[in-house]
Amino acid sequence: MSKKPVKKQHEDPETTGHSWDGIEEFNNPLPRWWLWTFYATIIWGIAYTIAYPAWPLVNKATQGVLGYSTREEVAKDIASFNEANAEIRAKLVSTDLTEVENDADLTRFATAGGAAVFRTWCAQCHGSGAAGAVGYPNLLDDDWLWGGDIEAIYETVAHGIRNEDYDDARYSEMPKFGEILENEEIEQVVEYVLSISGQEHDATLASSGAVVYEDNCSACHAEDGTGDRSQGAPNLTDAIWLYGGDRESLTDTVVNARYGVMPGWSNRLSEADIRAVSFYVHNLGGGE
Amino acid sequence: MSASETPPKLYAAHEPVFPKRVYGTFRTLKWWILAVTLGIYYLLPWIRWDRGDKLPDQAVLVDLANRRFFFFWIEIWPHEFYFVAGLLIMAGLGLFLFTSALGRVWCGYACPQTVWTDLFILVERWIEGDRNARVRLWNAKWDLRKIRLRLFKWVVWLLIAVATGGAWVFYFTDAPQLAVDLVTLNAHPIAYTTIVILTLTTFVFGGFMREQVCIYMCPWPRIQAAMMDEDTLVVAYREWRGEPRGKHRKKQDPEAEPLGDCIDCMACVNVCPVGIDIRDGQQMECITCALCIDACDDIMDKIGKPRGLIDYMALKDEEAERAGEEPRNIWKHILRPRTLLYTGLWSAVGFALVFALFIRSDINITVSPVRNPTFVTLSDGSIRNTYDVRLRNKHGEDRDFAMSLTSEEQLELSLEGEDDLTVRVPADSTFLQRVYVTAPSGTQATTMQSAPLRLWITDVVNEDRASKDTVFNGNAK
Repeated sequence: MSKKPVKKQHEDPETTGHSWDGIEEFNNPLPRWWLWTFYATIIWGIAYTIAYPAWPLVNKATQGVLGYSTREEVAKDIASFNEANAEIRAKLVSTDLTEVENDADLTRFATAGGAAVFRTWCAQCHGSGAAGAVGYPNLLDDDWLWGGDIEAIYETVAHGIRNEDYDDARYSEMPKFGEILENEEIEQVVEYVLSISGQEHDATLASSGAVVYEDNCSACHAEDGTGDRSQGAPNLTDAIWLYGGDRESLTDTVVNARYGVMPGWSNRLSEADIRAVSFYVHNLGGGE
Repeated sequence: MSASETPPKLYAAHEPVFPKRVYGTFRTLKWWILAVTLGIYYLLPWIRWDRGDKLPDQAVLVDLANRRFFFFWIEIWPHEFYFVAGLLIMAGLGLFLFTSALGRVWCGYACPQTVWTDLFILVERWIEGDRNARVRLWNAKWDLRKIRLRLFKWVVWLLIAVATGGAWVFYFTDAPQLAVDLVTLNAHPIAYTTIVILTLTTFVFGGFMREQVCIYMCPWPRIQAAMMDEDTLVVAYREWRGEPRGKHRKKQDPEAEPLGDCIDCMACVNVCPVGIDIRDGQQMECITCALCIDACDDIMDKIGKPRGLIDYMALKDEEAERAGEEPRNIWKHILRPRTLLYTGLWSAVGFALVFALFIRSDINITVSPVRNPTFVTLSDGSIRNTYDVRLRNKHGEDRDFAMSLTSEEQLELSLEGEDDLTVRVPADSTFLQRVYVTAPSGTQATTMQSAPLRLWITDVVNEDRASKDTVFNGNAK
């Protein structure tokens, strides 16, 4: 406990014995208010560790007599947000997708909510700015493999691409033409694809390639090379290439084929979330 | 423990001050300042100002919820906070100016602490009587009369304090509506909390702490000393004229030293709200309220001596006056390089603010290019950039803004969700519009690292224009 402070200032008070350049330090007791505050913090600290989760044990910490849990707080917060949003989420689910943009509240909610869903679940492949990467479609442009209207986007998000968990998922498979065509024919057809997409090409090879294309490729990519969205066959005449449009990449694609997959989200995200993210993607600038 | 062992106390108990009533020039001036400043404070929130049906019609309103500040015809947005900063700088420079010219004139006349203390002392005097009665009451035992007077005084103080805190909150939301809400207990808890806090501070500071706030709490008196010099007008006692002080008797001892003008009546001490004796010279506590001048002038008139034994004077003149010379003209003290410099700076900031106020635009555009990704290739080979454009409409009505772009390159503009290039921006708000700029396939801009461009908005109502420069990023290989 605290000592009484030295009152006899005219006598030489006790010093700590420390001396620096002749400057000595009085050994005065701590101010009493300070000391009592210090004791109070010790008592408070002990009481706190009894009241709240504190001491680490082998498997988990002591739980505290008040039963406070940060996890429960978070769960409570989430529940309260869900409750607050329940009405507009229900409205989003019951509104026709093409009608969402006519409702200011729904638009705001779907845009913000869709952006959050996108950053959480989609950004890993498509990029946080939705610009995609090689093999992962850019969602900002106006080129769509399976359709770019909001219903088509919704279908893709909900069930995925080549997703074996869902029977009706979008599915198509390009054959590995390396096992079917001669190397010469592959070279020719690549020159032909270069020609229809307006790139530099060897005209002689390309004209032979046109025949190869007609026989092997036009069933999916269409006679004029503009593709077929019902089978996810890309348009070969435009400027956008998922796996690259140069000679080397095209040859690689023809020889080995491509098999891009996307998971379906209907079993992982709520209907409202899927609708929100579909709306968000549709509004990124490329929606049809 | 003997008395010699007791160390000096480090804590000085508060000496109660009982200022006596005084009449005179400066007291009258102070009553006027009190009435005008308190009148402005209490009444200002109740002045109406029509701004159309989409904006509040309170003349002076700090609308924190919507981040707007309204002052009659002026509306300040958060990005224009420099006006507030400028006003604060002007207030600072103004204080410098007044302090270097007139000493602690702010403390003595206009400081809220002084004004409300004056008001509280007025109430005190009305209920408990003037100085002598209050001293008696202070020393009296707690009988029924004392309890009754004290309670009455405190209740009146408390009412003033509540009105003070109450007036404050009216500046932050629609006053008539808030008044109704406050009475019907529907107002926001923050309103009540603010009123309670300001009521308590007013009650305690004005009623009980008074001069202690100025002496121990306020930093301004300490700063002011740095701005005063020997030309500054301060309240001072003409010692050479007053001393030696003493009661003038009819039978004056002819042998004794002749007495000065000061008859040691203590009038100057009795009226002092900070409880000092001005005859002791310049003191830290003095707020230059000039009440001792009024009190002394009154006595001088009564004993037939010239006024001005206690007076506003520049300490520079003290020596000259002592030697019997005339003091310099008061304006020569006030107009000196230091005060002229402060006036110049103060005016310069003021002019700059007024100028800024008149050139600021009612519409505004800011552009932040989307950099993730910097560009998008479209199927026809054209290159598109996206910009988040914020359009600001300060008018009290919705406005249509027509967007356009100028650039040396061939670029095309389109707006997300709009068929044309016109955007409707709601009244008094900032609107976020996603804007696309496209370089058609084969044009030069598609392969440029960056091409400068300028985005324009035109208010279709009055043809006001605003623009912002930005860049277009091409697919440079």
